[in-house]
Amino acid sequence: MSIELGHFALVLAFALALVQMAVPIIGAQIKNDTLMRVGEPAALTNFMLVALSFMALTSAYIQSDFSVLNVWENSHSAKPLLYKITGTWGNHEGSMLLWVLILVFFGALVAVFGRNLPLSLRANVLGVQGAISCAFIIFILATSNPFARLDPAPMEGRDLNPILQDIGLAVHPPLLYLGYVGFSVAFSFAIAALIEGRLDAAWARWVRPWTLAAWMFLTGGIAMGSYWAYYELGWGGFWFWDPVENASLLPWLGGTALLHSALVMEKRSALKIWTVLLAILTFSLSLLGTFLVRSGVLTSVHAFATDPARGVFILGILVLFIGGSLALFAWRAATLAPGGLFQPISREGALVLNNLVLTTATATVLIGTLYPLLVEAVTGDKISVGAPFFNLTFGPLILPLLVIVPFGPLLAWKRGDLWAVSQRLFGAFGAALAIALLAFVLVDRASVLAALGIGLGVWLVLGAMTDLVVKSGVGKAAPSVVFSRFKGLPRSVFGTALAHAGIGLTTIGIISVTTLETERIAAMQPGETVQIQGYNLRFDSLRPFTGPNYTEDQATFVLSRVTGKPLGEVVSSKRLYTARQMPTTEAGIRTLGLSQLYVSLGDQTPNGKIVVRIWWKPMVTLIWLGALVMMVGGTVSLLDRRLRVGAPMPRRKPAVEGRVA
Amino acid sequence: MTRKQKRLAIIAGALGFIGAATGLTLYALGEQTSYFYMPGDLAENPVAAGQRIRLGGLVEKGSIVRSDDTHVRFTVTDGSNTVSVRYNGILPDLFREEQGVVTEGVFDDSKMFVADTVLAKHDENYMPREVADSLKEKGVWQEN
Repeated sequence: MSIELGHFALVLAFALALVQMAVPIIGAQIKNDTLMRVGEPAALTNFMLVALSFMALTSAYIQSDFSVLNVWENSHSAKPLLYKITGTWGNHEGSMLLWVLILVFFGALVAVFGRNLPLSLRANVLGVQGAISCAFIIFILATSNPFARLDPAPMEGRDLNPILQDIGLAVHPPLLYLGYVGFSVAFSFAIAALIEGRLDAAWARWVRPWTLAAWMFLTGGIAMGSYWAYYELGWGGFWFWDPVENASLLPWLGGTALLHSALVMEKRSALKIWTVLLAILTFSLSLLGTFLVRSGVLTSVHAFATDPARGVFILGILVLFIGGSLALFAWRAATLAPGGLFQPISREGALVLNNLVLTTATATVLIGTLYPLLVEAVTGDKISVGAPFFNLTFGPLILPLLVIVPFGPLLAWKRGDLWAVSQRLFGAFGAALAIALLAFVLVDRASVLAALGIGLGVWLVLGAMTDLVVKSGVGKAAPSVVFSRFKGLPRSVFGTALAHAGIGLTTIGIISVTTLETERIAAMQPGETVQIQGYNLRFDSLRPFTGPNYTEDQATFVLSRVTGKPLGEVVSSKRLYTARQMPTTEAGIRTLGLSQLYVSLGDQTPNGKIVVRIWWKPMVTLIWLGALVMMVGGTVSLLDRRLRVGAPMPRRKPAVEGRVA
Repeated sequence: MTRKQKRLAIIAGALGFIGAATGLTLYALGEQTSYFYMPGDLAENPVAAGQRIRLGGLVEKGSIVRSDDTHVRFTVTDGSNTVSVRYNGILPDLFREEQGVVTEGVFDDSKMFVADTVLAKHDENYMPREVADSLKEKGVWQEN
């Protein structure tokens, strides 16, 4: 019964989304306050209805109600509770419902925290949010209904794809969607500005916290997806330039550019039209990502099911929103007052350079992702564009940007002094060079490029710290003054420094693991020992083990230093999920400092040994720690007083917007 | 510089940068896309030893030979032509006889394909699409 309620709630939500789309926008056109005010309760009720619908589906999963087709296809009564819950979005229909849930959640947040926005702006923003909800709810109802029944109900379900039975499914999709869909708010603000034909610095101040929050979640979602693939797929790759990964990287790059251009717009009233265009493009890239992943155009773990009708439907939504918004942009952008010009050597200049590089890099990733699809559609030839393409295009474009990142925050607005900034960065530069030299001399196998890459990462981290040091006046004032100045720095300055340092840490991790990784492949039997990177790994035993819905062969390894110091055990296993008769490899991972030892099991050889593959992954954890630091930076920035929506109208209580984080 | 000159200089710089990026992309697309081949394609147009390609097809029944160390040999087939493959390492969990597989690597001088990457399908519903499409064309595809 409750599943029908869920279905009905979703249908109601669709009807309400139509109201939310039409009434406030019409109200804003004819300047009718009552009509404009409809957006707020509509958005809140919409959120409640979709949440009800989502809970109905989740409870069917928890109760293992196999009379629901979707539950039967993707669940099993022996599955642990956590995976029953997360299994709700471990399939096409459920994950689209989660997408819509997050979309209407953001709509509700705008309704609640946007109370001090000008009435017509809020009405238009909520109206555009309503339009997006409409499109995606009807997509679910028409092509991907998760509430279909099955009669007669089977006794047992078909279980969830074992690769997805992992804590990663609880974290990765929700975070990723919070990011993807979060950019819809910036998009709605952009469309609202175009409809109204009014765009000022306050607009950028309203848009920035939403963009920042979405960017933060997307950073976390991508990093979590990367770590999940790393430990689950059994061969320790952290990024494959897979089209599905690119689909999440594209809005991230666009969103990063948007964050920086909105800064210029807020502080200097420049780059206005560009910022609006970026807001549209960033969400368009989110929509494109949804299309690529959900339409079945690509095959991957993410493409749960292929149904051509869905692909065509999402393509229609894509064309409607991207085409419509760009047409609106072309028509209305001329009515917006353009911003001023500025000196090339200045903070604004640096941010423009950042935008130039980021958007160009985004374009190359976009081309590399879509080109094979286009070639196949046009000529029928099948080509694959892989890592070599991206290393050759994305790499050379993004590396120079990383080199100049530390200069940006140190340059003054309007007119900067490059020489003075360079002098301040001498220390960081010298230290980074020294570390690069040390790495080259001390680490075997370190090539010049590897050493330079690690130096680049260190340069980013120290450069970010230099900004804090300079701004708190170290060496120019008494320690007590420095301390109080440091404490008094705006939170966004800390946020910037942390985010940039995070990029540096991730760079170090990527360079170190791609250039210095070592690996051993050996056929082993219990008692044998393999030596890798100063560690001994002894194959101790192979034992069968039975889990709740799987059986496995557990191989236990005893790890010690070559010098003999014991370091405990590493367990790696070959698992068989009984319901689907599907094997998986559970890698044994041991973190040693920032590095990891990664042990993966293969098949048995004819003489009864087991093929074991062991990787030494130096400083690999920095890849994800860096992302974590970026997220912390984003959070700190969000807490900045000046970033709150309340700021332009000080008499209102400004505390609310900070809770967006 | 006047306002107009300044603007022109910025636009010229941006165009130069974008031009460089375009050049890089075109070069990379020409050089670095590894093309996808089925055994039949290779019979018609053999590729040179050392050229990196992707080879896809079905793992031929009874062709998997495991050595006592970590090397594996198997044959990739599309129903009419076959290619022998050598690989050192761990095969994917779902690597089986008569199942779809995509391998990446190069031919050595003796026409043996030396793979450094072997990908198999992710679950029972998944077959690398390139393989599935090609097999459908050849009429050896079976819906299960």
